[in-house]
Amino acid sequence: MFHFNDIHTRSRWAWPYIIFLFCFVVMPLVMIVIYAFEDNTGAFTLNNFVRFFTRSEAINTFFYSLGIAFYTTLVCFLLGFPAAYFMGMEEYKVSTVLAMLFILPMSFNSLLRTIATVEVFSLANIPLGEGTLMFGMVYNFLPFMIYPIYNTIQKMDKSVIEAARDLGANRKEVFIKIIFPLSMPGVYSGIAMVFMPTVSTFAITELLTRNKIKLFGSIIQENIQSGVLLNYGAALSFIMLVFILLTNLFNKTEGVNDEK
Amino acid sequence: MVQTHSDYIIEIQHVSKCFADGKYVLSDVSLNIRRGEFVTILGPSGCGKTTLLRCLGGFLQPTSGTITLNSQDLLSLPAHKRPINTVFQKYALFPHLNVYDNVAFGLKLRGVERQEINRQVKKALKMVGMTDYEWRDVNSLSGGQQQRVAFARAIINKPDVLLLDEPLAALDLKMRKDMQLELREMHRQLGITFIYVTHDQEEALTLSDRVVVMREGQIQQIGTPTDIYNEPQNCFVADFIGESNILDATMIKDELVHFCDVDFPCVDKGFGEMQAVDVVLRPEDIYIAEYQQDNKAHENLWQLKGEVKSCIFKGVHYEMAVLTDNGYELLVQDYHAFEAGTYVGLLIKPEDIQVMKKERTENTFLGEVLSDNQIRFLDTKWQVSAEQLTGLTVGDAIVVSFGFDAVVLEDDFAEGQLSGEVHFILYKGNYYHLTIRSESSEDIFVNTTDVWDDGDQVGIHLDTDKIRIKKQEI
Repeated sequence: MFHFNDIHTRSRWAWPYIIFLFCFVVMPLVMIVIYAFEDNTGAFTLNNFVRFFTRSEAINTFFYSLGIAFYTTLVCFLLGFPAAYFMGMEEYKVSTVLAMLFILPMSFNSLLRTIATVEVFSLANIPLGEGTLMFGMVYNFLPFMIYPIYNTIQKMDKSVIEAARDLGANRKEVFIKIIFPLSMPGVYSGIAMVFMPTVSTFAITELLTRNKIKLFGSIIQENIQSGVLLNYGAALSFIMLVFILLTNLFNKTEGVNDEK
Repeated sequence: MVQTHSDYIIEIQHVSKCFADGKYVLSDVSLNIRRGEFVTILGPSGCGKTTLLRCLGGFLQPTSGTITLNSQDLLSLPAHKRPINTVFQKYALFPHLNVYDNVAFGLKLRGVERQEINRQVKKALKMVGMTDYEWRDVNSLSGGQQQRVAFARAIINKPDVLLLDEPLAALDLKMRKDMQLELREMHRQLGITFIYVTHDQEEALTLSDRVVVMREGQIQQIGTPTDIYNEPQNCFVADFIGESNILDATMIKDELVHFCDVDFPCVDKGFGEMQAVDVVLRPEDIYIAEYQQDNKAHENLWQLKGEVKSCIFKGVHYEMAVLTDNGYELLVQDYHAFEAGTYVGLLIKPEDIQVMKKERTENTFLGEVLSDNQIRFLDTKWQVSAEQLTGLTVGDAIVVSFGFDAVVLEDDFAEGQLSGEVHFILYKGNYYHLTIRSESSEDIFVNTTDVWDDGDQVGIHLDTDKIRIKKQEI
């Protein structure tokens, strides 16, 4: 007999994944931290960070990436929220069909999709640059914005909408005072799932701008690939990690307040 | 003083609601509600009570009929403009707002000034006994507390009518009893008209000025709790409200009714002579005592004699099943216990016998003649003898009728000529009167001594020799 409720048995089943996590997630992270604080010879140094903060090129790219990420997130939100709202309020059957439709492209590799996008642009004689980059970003990340918002709205207890109408709220007021605030947990997850990945993207940037525009992800990739500046690349990754952790913390506290 | 029709705050006229699947959840419901009244709409789940409430609240539009509030058309107003507020079944509190903001929601929408809101919210929370809970997160409250907040939120707009959709259903028994008393008290203090929906008959009888009993989208009876309990108008109401013995009877003449093979004096008149009726006997209205065989006086005193089959203690009283000598089983309640096996005498006072007109005495269906020995009704073809079709020609619209005992039910629902589901069971003392809903959604009534359960799938056999066919008159 299996004892499904036996916590020890269950935790044993998770061991393969825990080992995997340790080897391929925890260890690399530890190595990033170690490399970031070492020079070529392996001696401890803070020079990698000094280099980042004193070179305007790196700092500029960092802020430029944040800017691109910000606009991508904003556009995704503006396009995604109404779609998620519409789907979330629809009857279950209709909404699942719609959800399937926009999740379907996600099952193709994002590189393939991006290469296809490049072809479309070149066919249409549209020069590659910031505009096409933004398009590619939004195209790739929009589902990550829609899905969490859709999920939150779909699971929302719709009787609160009736309650608000009952108490005298018209359609607009119902949306502003009830539906939007209640969809915030989904919005936060959507932002988290779009903003940080866009900062660190390099493949989409490379392909959709023919390497004309560099984002923070591209710089990390270039430095690490060069071999010579591996430690500097590690330091840049470390900075980004810290940034991700900070935004996640912010996201967590907001989320808790809303969901509880 | 001239009495105008505005005595009624709400007038519901011939309201029907048909959903997309073509099913009528409300059919021709008419109901007037007086100002300040506490009205309860009572019925089993699926009877249309919540649908009616939602039509009043503005969340559903009736298919036909009119509803007025203060003599003004209500149906043209959207939900948010109706001076009606609702306490929802699962409270529907706003999870992102605290207690104060939940209660203040309605006032803030109307742009009431801050200090006034503050005062009103405090007052409302005090009324429901939730003072000092203003800043609490609503999700941290217990079910009963959430219910109180939902109530405060609904009354703060001072609605003309308050709708309550099974507000106590999710609470445990003790809490429910306490809340019932509080609701009654709040109704008295506020003077607002309450329309309360519940499936709990005891709750309905305890709370209301008037009770509206519904079944399958139709009103069965409207009356005060005592009327509904003591003078049910049909078997459904008698069976649904409280415990009851429902028996076949014959009204011999005014004030004399025959059932259980005995003539009983009663107080009912106007049913005609030798008319088939139903009688309702409440278990607590039947007098019971041990029958003394050698006592001559007892022979004349007791109207029925029988043996106690079971005796269960119910808290305040004992409930006994008595099988009479002439084969009827009656439920009797008494403060004294008569153990199983005791031979007892039973007595029923004339005023405790409630006589009801029979709703039906046979099954009737519309059909058509298919050939010289075949007819169709209940969506099924039936073979009949040529004699039964004398005087009819192919294509004629016909009325088919047969008695309750012409039908035999089969365990295997594939066995019969058609199949159906047991929809309603009524025990008549020595047999069951079943309502079987056929696949074509028509009701077939069957008398049987076999025991079936609600929802059983059954095969239906019909003895076609016993059916009578006549031409449908147009």
